[in-house]
Amino acid sequence: MLSTCAWCKMTKQFFKDNDIEFEYVDVDLANDEDHEKIRKDIEKRGASPSFPTVIVDGKTVITGFRKDLIKEALEI
Amino acid sequence: MITLDKVRQRAESDAKTYGYFLNPDAGFLNDLLEGLKKNEERYGYPACPCRVATGKLELDRDIICPCDYRDPDVAEYGTCYCALYIRKDVIEGKTPLQPIPERRPKEKQERAYSKTAQALVSEKPSETAVAIQRGPSQVKKKLWYCKQCGYVVFREDPPYICPICKAKREMFAEITLGTYASG
Repeated sequence: MLSTCAWCKMTKQFFKDNDIEFEYVDVDLANDEDHEKIRKDIEKRGASPSFPTVIVDGKTVITGFRKDLIKEALEI
Repeated sequence: MITLDKVRQRAESDAKTYGYFLNPDAGFLNDLLEGLKKNEERYGYPACPCRVATGKLELDRDIICPCDYRDPDVAEYGTCYCALYIRKDVIEGKTPLQPIPERRPKEKQERAYSKTAQALVSEKPSETAVAIQRGPSQVKKKLWYCKQCGYVVFREDPPYICPICKAKREMFAEITLGTYASG
């Protein structure tokens, strides 16, 4: 996530509205080392590190606030 | 100090100049403008709120709002990457507004984030800047002129409308320069 990004904010709100437990990192507020780790992790999962990147149950990776794909992955 | 009003005015004026609209969702628009303001306070320039900036001008130049990718994105998808700038048909609901893929070339992103690139920039800014300009995915810029008013612009595609006389994009023609040998 990014603290400045409106799509990221919408994503966080979506999880709150749907009572979905989530953890997030605002990469623009993280230090370089953590940023690098997050980028590498996203790339390792075969996705491009754009924001927001949502990882559902450690498996499904969704780039961008794609409500349809997030709902499908969460089965809601 | 930069104010939110100033950021808003700048975006409104830019949208008007290029024939775009700002996002109609007041809350969403406000979040984007706040993001731009925050980045301007952080870095000294309004880096895109939906991308990670490095704080190094040489590496962030292409993502300073309005970014280099706004016009091709609005032309292709009807909105820029952040959905700050929007095309008329999207505002009118004829085209759906949805997240779009990242157009910024991967090489530029990698250059910006790899530690070596950052180290290089702090030591030799000009060389890195040159390397970026020569990157393989550099957009092919051309010269275009407005057939109605003569306005000339150097960019990948002609603008959506002429910022001077508001003629439509169709009124733009490419300028081809020939070289002539004499004597």
